[in-house]
Amino acid sequence: MKPRLTLATAGRVLRQVRADPRTIALLIVVPCVLIGLLAWVFSGTPVFDAIGAPLLGIFPFVVMFLVTSVATLRERTSGTLERLLTTPLGKADFLLGYALAFGALAIVQALVATGFAVWVCGLDPVGPTGLLVLVAVVDALLGTAFGLFVSAFARTEFQAVQFMPAFVLPQFLLCGLLVARDEMPTVLHWISNVLPLSYAVDAMTLVSTSADATGQVLGKVGIVLAFAIGALLLGSLTLRRRTA
Amino acid sequence: MDEPAVLVQDLCVVRGSRTVLPGLTVAVPRGQVVGLLGPSGGGKSTLLRAIVGVQIIESGTVTVLGEPAGSAGLRSRVGYVTQSPSVFADLTVTQNLRYFASLVGASSASIAEAITAVDLTSHADTRVGELSGGQHSRASLAAALVGSPELLVLDEPTVGLDPVLRRDLWELFHRLADAGTTLLVSSHVMDEATRCDRLLLLREGVILADDTPDGLLRRTGAADAEQAFLTLIEAEPAA
Repeated sequence: MKPRLTLATAGRVLRQVRADPRTIALLIVVPCVLIGLLAWVFSGTPVFDAIGAPLLGIFPFVVMFLVTSVATLRERTSGTLERLLTTPLGKADFLLGYALAFGALAIVQALVATGFAVWVCGLDPVGPTGLLVLVAVVDALLGTAFGLFVSAFARTEFQAVQFMPAFVLPQFLLCGLLVARDEMPTVLHWISNVLPLSYAVDAMTLVSTSADATGQVLGKVGIVLAFAIGALLLGSLTLRRRTA
Repeated sequence: MDEPAVLVQDLCVVRGSRTVLPGLTVAVPRGQVVGLLGPSGGGKSTLLRAIVGVQIIESGTVTVLGEPAGSAGLRSRVGYVTQSPSVFADLTVTQNLRYFASLVGASSASIAEAITAVDLTSHADTRVGELSGGQHSRASLAAALVGSPELLVLDEPTVGLDPVLRRDLWELFHRLADAGTTLLVSSHVMDEATRCDRLLLLREGVILADDTPDGLLRRTGAADAEQAFLTLIEAEPAA
């Protein structure tokens, strides 16, 4: 791994995103609109306070998963990936470059979405608001890492987009948002224990319900990060210099 | 320096259920423009991919500039241009080249040189996606020129270019060769044969000829490369 090449790649990816203002607008605006709708739908009830924070963690995960898997797929199908792998660029440089670039976007997205949820929609977490942002950023990184990994299994953009419901919706059903995880049938509870989004939602729920759970939250964040790193490592296995 | 730039020995490549290269042996001498000619589907791209080290090979060896193809030490010494242009369509020509230059550790002066060499100076700040097809492929070529690699592997770089540009590019190739660069250029357009220092005719994974253009015409008694190619195919024992 060469940090100079990793940074050059991250810069290149960010310049590509900058060339596409509509994508930036969608990245920033869509989570806010969804959170705003949610707050409006549940206005006058305590539901928004209960699920607002977890959804603040799920939206960036979903958005980054989609954006990254399509971006990487484009790189594979356009031949630029094959060309890049004939240069001194390492596989780790490529993956970390993407993770850094989309991580930077995730920070902006998380700041704006959290700010909107707290100041405009009146989300009032019991724990520190800063932790909400941290968890949202880590969730977005998780989405990026899984997007990089999953794109290896898609040959077309149609397939890549289909991976979203295939990959994300089961996690959404099992993450504890609809039914608390310990009230699920035992088998589903076990399955939810090995899905990263469960820990992301656990962390968000902790921040929104307890004032002194910072240690526990960081523990959950650590688990989510471990999943992200695992996905990046698996992703590096799917990047082959030599192909058939 | 008598050692060839590329030495391919008994190279066998199988893609799916098809044997694309059934044991190919060929050498590319240094400092020349070598044309790899032959019909589409004959294994040209596969051979080039094996030389730059991105092709899974069944058996055989490919030695490039004295090292096994694809080894880490070669990655800044070999420039590769894929058949379909592989640059980032959403970046400008300059932004693309800046990225590729940073990968091979090339100076920023080499970026301007490469843009001039492919005659894209007036489009340096245009997004590649907005360029015409020919300009797009020249941007892709320029990305391989930064860093002045010792070996340039170009897969059909002149496809879709008008005659003037094609002539200019072949002149560029010869200038690079005069400066010591080795160029391996594939084409399925036979009339480009005369522009090469040396020709490799590849058909169905078999090298039919490895000669200078003059030598080829003399040997086959043909008037042009296309005719020579047909003569060689007809002389071949039926497979």
